[in-house]
Amino acid sequence: MITVTINNKVCQAEVDQTILQVATDNGIHIPTLCHMDGIHDSFSCRICVVEVVGARTLIPACAGKVADGMVVNTATESVLSARRNIVNLLLSNGEHNCLSCEKSGECSLQSIAYELGIEAPPFIMESIEKPTVDNSSVMIVRDNRKCILCRRCVTACNDIVCNDVLSLGFRGSDTTVICDNNIDMGASSCVQCGQCVQACPVGALTDKKSIGKARSWEVTKVRTTCPYCGVGCQLNLHMKGDKIVKVTGVEDAYPNKGRLCVKGRYGYDFIYSPERLTSPLIKENGKFREASWDEALDLVANKFKEIIATDGPDAVGGISCARSINEDSYQMQKLFRAAFKSPNIDHCARVCHAPTVAGLIKSFGTGGMTNSIEEFAETNCLFVIGSNMTEAHPIASTFVKNGQRNGAKLIVVDPRKAKLADYADEFAQIKVGSDVAFLNGLMNVLITEDLYDKDFVRDHCDNFEALKEKVLEYPPKRASEISGVSEEQIISIARMMADNKPGMAIYTLGITEHTCGTNNVMSVANLQMLLGNVGKPNAGVNPLRGQNNVQGACDMGALPNVYHGYQSVTDPAAKAKFEKAWNVEGLPDKLGLMIPDMFEKLETKEMKAIYIFGENVVGTEPDISHVIKCLEAAEFVVCNDIFQTETTQYADVVLPAAAWSEDEGTFTNCERRISRVRKVKEAPGIAKPNWWIFREIAKRFGQTWAADSGQELWDNEIAPLAPFFAGATFDKLDQGGIQWPCSTPEDPGTQILHLDGNFTHGKGHLMALDWTPPAEVPDADYPFTLSTGRRLYHYHTRTQTGRCEGLNELLPEEYADISEVDAKRLGIEHGEMIIVKSRRGTVKVKAQVSERIPEGLVWMAMHYFENNANWLTTRSGDTITKTPEYKACAVAIEKIQ
Amino acid sequence: MNANASGCMENDERIHLVIDIVAKHKNSKGALIPILHEVQGLYGYLPVEAQEIIAKEMNVPISEVFGVISFYSFFSLNPKGKHRVSICMGTACYVKGSGPILDKLKETLEIGVGETTADGEFTLEDCRCLGACGLAPVLTINGKVFGRLTKDDIPVIIEGCKTEDGGIVQ
Repeated sequence: MITVTINNKVCQAEVDQTILQVATDNGIHIPTLCHMDGIHDSFSCRICVVEVVGARTLIPACAGKVADGMVVNTATESVLSARRNIVNLLLSNGEHNCLSCEKSGECSLQSIAYELGIEAPPFIMESIEKPTVDNSSVMIVRDNRKCILCRRCVTACNDIVCNDVLSLGFRGSDTTVICDNNIDMGASSCVQCGQCVQACPVGALTDKKSIGKARSWEVTKVRTTCPYCGVGCQLNLHMKGDKIVKVTGVEDAYPNKGRLCVKGRYGYDFIYSPERLTSPLIKENGKFREASWDEALDLVANKFKEIIATDGPDAVGGISCARSINEDSYQMQKLFRAAFKSPNIDHCARVCHAPTVAGLIKSFGTGGMTNSIEEFAETNCLFVIGSNMTEAHPIASTFVKNGQRNGAKLIVVDPRKAKLADYADEFAQIKVGSDVAFLNGLMNVLITEDLYDKDFVRDHCDNFEALKEKVLEYPPKRASEISGVSEEQIISIARMMADNKPGMAIYTLGITEHTCGTNNVMSVANLQMLLGNVGKPNAGVNPLRGQNNVQGACDMGALPNVYHGYQSVTDPAAKAKFEKAWNVEGLPDKLGLMIPDMFEKLETKEMKAIYIFGENVVGTEPDISHVIKCLEAAEFVVCNDIFQTETTQYADVVLPAAAWSEDEGTFTNCERRISRVRKVKEAPGIAKPNWWIFREIAKRFGQTWAADSGQELWDNEIAPLAPFFAGATFDKLDQGGIQWPCSTPEDPGTQILHLDGNFTHGKGHLMALDWTPPAEVPDADYPFTLSTGRRLYHYHTRTQTGRCEGLNELLPEEYADISEVDAKRLGIEHGEMIIVKSRRGTVKVKAQVSERIPEGLVWMAMHYFENNANWLTTRSGDTITKTPEYKACAVAIEKIQ
Repeated sequence: MNANASGCMENDERIHLVIDIVAKHKNSKGALIPILHEVQGLYGYLPVEAQEIIAKEMNVPISEVFGVISFYSFFSLNPKGKHRVSICMGTACYVKGSGPILDKLKETLEIGVGETTADGEFTLEDCRCLGACGLAPVLTINGKVFGRLTKDDIPVIIEGCKTEDGGIVQ
């Protein structure tokens, strides 16, 4: 500790602190323009200059380090005079018109001018090139007339989110912020994340959707959690009355530290859509009519009672929702188990990360991401396999890019040259579905070259000999033949991982959505255990979960094998515990049906009724024609939703639900962080919270459930009944997210699982795994492999993003990505409509010829219904979890003559 | 006027030369400026396609490449004409009337300073002192000096360039 005197106040300081930091810590205001805490290195604006007694010149407080005994004055006449000069120069250039400026009231330049008593600049400097307004971007307006060239946007774009679009161009008074090679932002490589807007201290960059909606002082900020992917970014909703007028990332909040992607920042207005469901609907003679809650709920309850009475509780099934809050999923599985006595509850983790839960439980004992997103930026090696991160988990990808630029080795393994490969030290273009062979090849090198962590394996893992025997069957030559990655690259990647530890393995659905999905997961776990990369900071196995609350829906027991907190339904102690807590008898003690089995049993009429909560299964399950056939075969279909979807068309009753921002509760992100979701408006019409709907149905089954809010559900049932969540009370969650396990009130939560190699079930389990090919491989009739995924500007079937202004404009239709080689061979032009067909269906879709696609591959998404990839995909599923093989089926493509 | 440079770019063997230039310098510190120098030598300017290749091969953002090009006046974003007409606006020439001569050049060539005629024949530039103040006002065309100019000389000089042996040394 040293002592510094600022404006006659004696302050304690650390040696390496700047004058600005010490002043801020002591409540002394120094104005700044270009400064960005923690990442700032340009010191360009000089507005923060202060007088240091004994120094020859004024010192910028953001750059000047404190020294013991230093005496600083922040507001002497020479300081103020220098600041006046700077502000006058800034104001004299461009057009700083505050009248209708969005930034007015929170503009740094306006504030400093006010502090210094400057009304208008005493002189005008003309630029040779007049600065202009660039209105070409869908989401962002660049008003260069207001730009003060502080470079904060350039720093945000290049050093924070690493999208590398913005820079400074030209020089002298012509200097301007440029996009790419000085083209309009709308035509540039900008992905419209809006991080530059959040960084802009003046009105030069604004969110187009917010213009004219509110003055800054009319707005209150409400913190909540993003409703899109599993990263779980923390948002500030800028509210004017009950309208969200703008969204910004919460600075200093985990996991996103202020960052947001285009969907998180601009995808909020779907909740105000006039298409929202406002009343319960009952289908009569093929048409929906509005009904009262009592009529609709009585009908649902009576129909379920009738079916259970005649066909037994196994004849009903439920699909919960990974988009909605934890409290809703908890309540739905309770409805099925406690009221219907049916074991058949599942949710859409079945179609994405069920292999993660199953595989990691087998390998480690706990089915969640072992480490945290923030660690991506700190580690020494990033091994990213089967992940389209820059599009599907954009904010997680920014931390990976940070890590690479901080010196970590980045290895990207994917069949497509996905965007992240552009940042990679090694990019291995693997053949679809060859992951186990490739991973065994890496482990073969680690073992034969004696590069694995022998101490970790000996002390913390079992079954090493079996693993060794198996991977010795996969020397680089064989691994290369199967995976298409060269022997040399397999060897160099293995050595790179051994040389750069600790390292983090990150994967997404490229690993799980295969017939060998669970084996793929366990194979990644094998690799990390062999390297000793588990149970320590900046390491681990890190699956990126799909939906905002798919981790939570699993945690809440919306799975056919566990109650919430992963308490097994076949464990008599768990059954007894929940029978007592829920005050019921006869909870089902067998495993329930998984979603694919439910559909099959609907088709064979063994199952009669299905309750679908917030999932558009018709668009998201594989083989759409089959899903439709099954739903048509069902005797009774109930949907809770916020909109009509392709699925609700097959419902007998549709119940209108409160959406994100219309109810209080929690989401759990992929790093097990439970974060608060807050209510900012009422649900439209007579729509109700989902937990209320389930409770009212339970009431008609003679059960009275006391909890009357998200908080009561969490504090009175969810937390006390599961050791993982017992210490995470709602009040504690209100202070910020908590990562489970959190077992006592004092427990701050768990950032890293299996610390020091202490696995949940004792030792980590190494598995000897063989490679198996995809269920459907190309042949003469269907010579291409179809692989599917997501694109940046939409989320799944667009139920939400399709109703957000601007997002449809950014991605207006579906595409089939094909290679340049195949396009040339078949005479297909970029942008031409083509036919893609499989054994299950045919779609017409626009071809997107891309250098990122290897020969023989077709890549599609599921955002638009008429040419959704799922008309084509196969129902073949993972041997353990039945997760469908969305990543591989055989298709043919044809030119439309 | 760009059509020739960009349209045939894919078949242009200069692409490979650009890639070779980048490969040669890539691993040395501050490689971007020498690379831009050599590539400009190849094309006479820095076409967008070349900027893109440089950015891709060097693995730097294209905004950074453009930032450097636009910062230094030596680098040009536009193709230069066959004849680079450079009029001195240094003090002596200016006093001796290079202003009206520049106006006459603009009028005759129908372009502004820094621009190139549509037929790709002429680029008009202004410059500072050429060290030939005794001949003021002075202009150069591809390095050849024309001195003691009057407005009336301009059409004659320009016409002279258009004839095959217009006396203009490349």
